[in-house]
Amino acid sequence: MDFEVITSYLPRYEKAFFLTIRIGWLGILLSFAIGILSAFLIHFRVPILSKIMDVYVEVFRNTPLLVQLFFIYFGLPKAGISVSAESCGIVGLGLLGGSYMSEAIRSGLDSIPRMQTESAVALGLTKPQVFFSVIFPQALTLSAPAVIANVIFLLKETSVFSAISLMDLMFTAKDLIGLYYNTTEALFLLVVFYIVMLLPVSVLGSVIEKKARFRMLGD
Amino acid sequence: MGFEVLLKGSNMIRLLGGLLVALRISLVSVCISIILGTVLGVAMTFKSPVVRGVLRVYLEIVRIMPQMVLLFLVYFGATKAMGINLSAEAASVIVFTFWGTAEMSDLVRGALKGIPKIQYESSVALGLSNVQTYAYVIVPQIIRRMIPLSINLITRMIKTTSLVMMIGIVEVLKVGQQIIEANRKSSPNAAFGVFLTIFGLYFIACWPISRLSKHLEKKWSA
Repeated sequence: MDFEVITSYLPRYEKAFFLTIRIGWLGILLSFAIGILSAFLIHFRVPILSKIMDVYVEVFRNTPLLVQLFFIYFGLPKAGISVSAESCGIVGLGLLGGSYMSEAIRSGLDSIPRMQTESAVALGLTKPQVFFSVIFPQALTLSAPAVIANVIFLLKETSVFSAISLMDLMFTAKDLIGLYYNTTEALFLLVVFYIVMLLPVSVLGSVIEKKARFRMLGD
Repeated sequence: MGFEVLLKGSNMIRLLGGLLVALRISLVSVCISIILGTVLGVAMTFKSPVVRGVLRVYLEIVRIMPQMVLLFLVYFGATKAMGINLSAEAASVIVFTFWGTAEMSDLVRGALKGIPKIQYESSVALGLSNVQTYAYVIVPQIIRRMIPLSINLITRMIKTTSLVMMIGIVEVLKVGQQIIEANRKSSPNAAFGVFLTIFGLYFIACWPISRLSKHLEKKWSA
């Protein structure tokens, strides 16, 4: 391991790191928006829309992100829809994540017993109150572990962005290996930056998971 | 829209052949993962702090390292560090097994922990021997819990194998790219049709399996 090489590579990795983080988290935000919307539509059995969402969830849960990105980035322009690599990454991650988040949140919503809705109505709460103060907070707590697992999964999935020539961490490592053959240093930095990116999320996730468990079960 | 390229010559057959490569890699990896994962999952219930510590670190590595990074580490790193020349396919089987084993062992551990203590005690009270307790009481329940989850692991494995094109294995995406390149002049819109077809192929490969997993989970949890 040559530390001079490592310091000379650092700026490039740093740039790639922030690009990966930006696209990753924007994609995750989008996936939350899509997931919550889709979970509501499916949970409340909104006619037609819930069926469309069912199909969307099944399709995106059962195909790899890489294939989705290839289709969006290389396929869609041929049909007249062009997107930049960056927005393709965000949209791709958002669509993939949306289907996973939708499942996670919906199963949380579904597992709140009916009695709670009925009791809340009996106590004189209005419909929006029942949902937003009784059902939704509990459902969110219940689905917290799955949502956290999804966030980590999505952050890891950012590693395929290099395939659509986004200059992310993976791309940088591959590029540097190809250029200078300093494989050890390039791979070492790759691993370090991914640890920096994911370890805090993983640790924080475990803490939140424990808190959520405590809130629901008291142990 | 570029679908006509697939009807030319043996293009569709080649595409399916590419899918088979991906399926083969995932099947081999899943089989090894299930065996190793079961062993490790049982080991995780041991009280030994050393065993537990090592396994925790292993699980955490798999939890935070993208499979793509692991692929690079094994494929480029192993060659560099140990001078072994791994074939890309061997490297991917190693990585997917490494990942799958962790996933599987976590599932097994969860299933084992989910069996209440009272069942073990009742079996002893009924005069069952240790072997009998496991053979007739514990293992059948665990298998019922594990089968849907292991089937689910297969679909995840298939989806992950799409990454192997990045280390140069000619699987379905790579074949797709080749077809598009070869027909650049005659059908410039091939990318749309070919990638949509691959999208569909992956869906056809994974969807029935994940349905089966959901079905079994519902059937056996009641």
